Amino acid sequence: MKIDRRSFLSFVIGGAAGTTLSPLPWKLMDDAAIWTQTWPWTPVPEDGAVTHVKSTCTLCPGGCGISVRLIDDRPVKIEGLEGHPINKGGLCMLGLSGLQFLYGPSRVRCPMKRVGKRGEGKWEKISWEDAIALVAQTLDGLRSTNESHALSCISGSDYGTVPALFRRFFDVYGSVNFIRMPSIDDSYELVFKLMQGMMEASAGFDMENTDFVLSFGSGLFEGWGSPVRMFGANSLWKKTGVKVVQIEPRLSNTAALSDRWIPINPGTEAVLALGLAHVIIQNSLYNNDFIHNYTYGFENWKRVVVNEYSPENVEKITGIPQNVIYSLAKDFTGAKKPLAICGKGQGVHPGSASEFMAVHALNALAGSIDSEGGVWAVEKQNYIQWPDVGKDSIAEAGVRKDRVDGAGAENYPYVRYLPSRFIEIIQSAKESPVKVLFVHGANPYYSLPDSSSVRNAFEKIPFIVSFSPYMDETALHSDLILPDHVYLERYEEVLRARSFHRPIIGLSRPVIKPQFATKHSGDVIISLARKMGGYISHAFPWESYEQCLQETMGDKWAALQENGFWADETFKPSGWKNTVKAQMVKCDFSYNELFSLPHFCIMGIKREDPIYPLSLIPYDSTRLSSGFIGSPPFVIKTLEDTVLKGKDMFIEIHPDTAETYGLAEGRRVILKTPKGELTVRVHLFEGILPNVVAVPRGLGHTGYDIYLAGKGANANELIGAFEDPVSGHDGAWGIAAQLRKA
Amino acid sequence: MGQSEDKVQEMAEETLDSREEDLPHETDKNKQENGPSGPILLFFIAGLIISLLIGWVIFPKLLYSQKKQPIDFNHAFHMQEVDNGCESCHFFRDDGSFAGVPKNEQCISCHEEVLGESPNETILVEEYISKDREVPWLIYSKQPDCVFFSHAAHVKMADMECSTCHGPVGESTHLKDYEENRISGYSRDIWGNAISGLKKHSWDRMKMDDCAACHKEAAGGKTTERSPQLFFDLLSKVFPNAATPQKTEACFVCHK
Repeated sequence: MKIDRRSFLSFVIGGAAGTTLSPLPWKLMDDAAIWTQTWPWTPVPEDGAVTHVKSTCTLCPGGCGISVRLIDDRPVKIEGLEGHPINKGGLCMLGLSGLQFLYGPSRVRCPMKRVGKRGEGKWEKISWEDAIALVAQTLDGLRSTNESHALSCISGSDYGTVPALFRRFFDVYGSVNFIRMPSIDDSYELVFKLMQGMMEASAGFDMENTDFVLSFGSGLFEGWGSPVRMFGANSLWKKTGVKVVQIEPRLSNTAALSDRWIPINPGTEAVLALGLAHVIIQNSLYNNDFIHNYTYGFENWKRVVVNEYSPENVEKITGIPQNVIYSLAKDFTGAKKPLAICGKGQGVHPGSASEFMAVHALNALAGSIDSEGGVWAVEKQNYIQWPDVGKDSIAEAGVRKDRVDGAGAENYPYVRYLPSRFIEIIQSAKESPVKVLFVHGANPYYSLPDSSSVRNAFEKIPFIVSFSPYMDETALHSDLILPDHVYLERYEEVLRARSFHRPIIGLSRPVIKPQFATKHSGDVIISLARKMGGYISHAFPWESYEQCLQETMGDKWAALQENGFWADETFKPSGWKNTVKAQMVKCDFSYNELFSLPHFCIMGIKREDPIYPLSLIPYDSTRLSSGFIGSPPFVIKTLEDTVLKGKDMFIEIHPDTAETYGLAEGRRVILKTPKGELTVRVHLFEGILPNVVAVPRGLGHTGYDIYLAGKGANANELIGAFEDPVSGHDGAWGIAAQLRKA
Repeated sequence: MGQSEDKVQEMAEETLDSREEDLPHETDKNKQENGPSGPILLFFIAGLIISLLIGWVIFPKLLYSQKKQPIDFNHAFHMQEVDNGCESCHFFRDDGSFAGVPKNEQCISCHEEVLGESPNETILVEEYISKDREVPWLIYSKQPDCVFFSHAAHVKMADMECSTCHGPVGESTHLKDYEENRISGYSRDIWGNAISGLKKHSWDRMKMDDCAACHKEAAGGKTTERSPQLFFDLLSKVFPNAATPQKTEACFVCHK
């Protein structure tokens, strides 16, 4: 029997008929449909028991309470903690993305020792024992040549037990060179010290009770202070009709959300504040009771303000018309509980001391100091009561040496830390006065202004130890990385929240066991002290950081465990009548010489410079993290195409400026300042003053991970530190610049 | 008509001729013996039988792979030991969600150390509990992630027995092999053991039609929809004061 065409076809038809009568096609269709649900790239959440752990976010100084949702042992979502006094259940974009710091690829997984050149990225994994022995050996070496003071530390904070352990180690080791990263805390501390005679007080703002907000360039809704609290305040203000006036050269989100935006020439905010003071004084609009009964030196100050800050003069400098100055002064003092705020952008920059003092003086004129809806001085909580340390002779000699940055000494008597000066001194010295540098909770290599100076300074320091949990720029350029846990794996108390007006302590606690061979920096310091022995070891009687924290918190520990935070809800400022000073001074105006016009150097670079005709200002956004923490992938994805497109960063210029230079939207240009130059693209924006260039901050990372590195450019490459004549802090919020086509 | 086309036609004719010459004479014989439809029908039947065999017998064998459970668990024995039936180990959490297959945390309350002589218990204690590893149980009733199913609604609110959907698992002394569908990755028990999709017991299949059939029946057959309404009816019985949602046939009631 031969198979012909017809037989074959008949066989096929039979087969087809049989197949349709069998379950095969129907079952395959069904399975294929289910198969589409099991593709490996389709995220399928694990099933398990749901629990929530209360903790505190430490990604910025905002101090928000968080509630971490876990499925079995795995954190899957970070939410705001309901009932928390600061964020009241809300959370910002960065806080919500926190798990990407836990699971993301930017983490350093074990102690690493550099083997290649600095910054080359060649590392050798070493054990914790070897790593701590290496540091101990290096530090012993310094002590053997009586150079204990050549140990220095740059820290993100000096509040709480972890920085206190570092400082204690420095004290008993023999060095005073502990430095805190710059922020508006520096300037407000200075203001309270000079004008209210208070030490280490921080500024708290009674945002929820004010009825008029005058902001001198603060990015109120762009990450300033405690960001989530500010978003809440914005909603509240809209509901209750609180007026917000934003003074800023650029139409930022804050300006857009405020009731009135007053563009000002960059860097002249202090002049405007004193111009307003002039109008207030001339028209006797100030709070008479407060000024006459609770202040000191007002008459002298008044003379300076009245003589030098007439609206005509102020208009010339600030570019704000006189009638606006008059109306603003009247609106401000016309309100019942007005509040003036300063500290530009997200507040990670100290800024001009004169500006802070002038704005504080405005609050004084309105009687808004330590009053409802005003600015409150929040004193440091002294719960860290550890026994004094005994020191050997090397340490005794070491702590008597001057600080490298000169803070607190003759020329800079009012301040405690001068990080920019620290960098300048190291980079200009022949041989670095700092031999070993610890970096904890900070990323100075990226975040400090004038990147090229920072690079030079780092190059000169012989041994750099990074405690960063992430491969940030500082870690990349260090010699040894002793990775800390990320905040979701570790205990630490979060003392205060920036700009919050009541004492509060949050507890950041482990929600998951450490994912890698990392170690709590507090434990590293304790282990290091043990290894070094003698007095140093004796100063650290604790078995572990956790024990240290628990003992230190004392009776607050139970509340911290239970609620995730401790807050003094009933706290009220001392009020005008119960001032700390015997002579009943609540505001001291006697530093009036600081307010004289010659002190207002605008960004340290003279105006009408023919080479650099433009003013460059950096700007912050909630969509960009500009502090220690780099933006995680979720956050960086939210940037508009007019800020970052591919790897290109955009700067904002006014269409008129663009026309002068013949630039079209998206044109590639070279932006040059005396400190450096960058190739960027232009975005034409009518919401910025002509001849001003705005540069976003928080881009241009080289460290972290592939989702952040190489995108855009770092604004710090262009902006140099300019020493404030009063404080010595970096007072520059911008710089003169020039543009040309690339 | 061009020259080349003529050539083509000639060639075609030649081919036809040669075919006719080659045709064997046997074909004619066959035609005479079996009639014109004989072999064709035979081939049709052959195709039919072979494909039916493939579809009903070979395909199910190829479709599923056999996997052994990590431990051969004896349900019947444990049922004697516990007080609260299935819920002793397959319990509801405090938030009302269903815990499903127990974890070491539950086993450890009895099996921190080896109690009896069962080799399976030894495996549990030595391989999993002492090493702090969860037992990788293969779950017969696991559904794709897109399926939303609430045990509480069925067991607590509608008072259904576990065995209605899961069968008399509690009486089993061994765990059967887990037959994994090579395409979908889920157990054979979802489609049902019979490849035909027909079932004898309510627990023989766990497909959407089975949900629908039961829901329809429970609603007294009044509604022709696959009725999520039933769920809301039950809900309103349990929580009489709660606002009952509008009757809905929306897919997302069951499908995430």
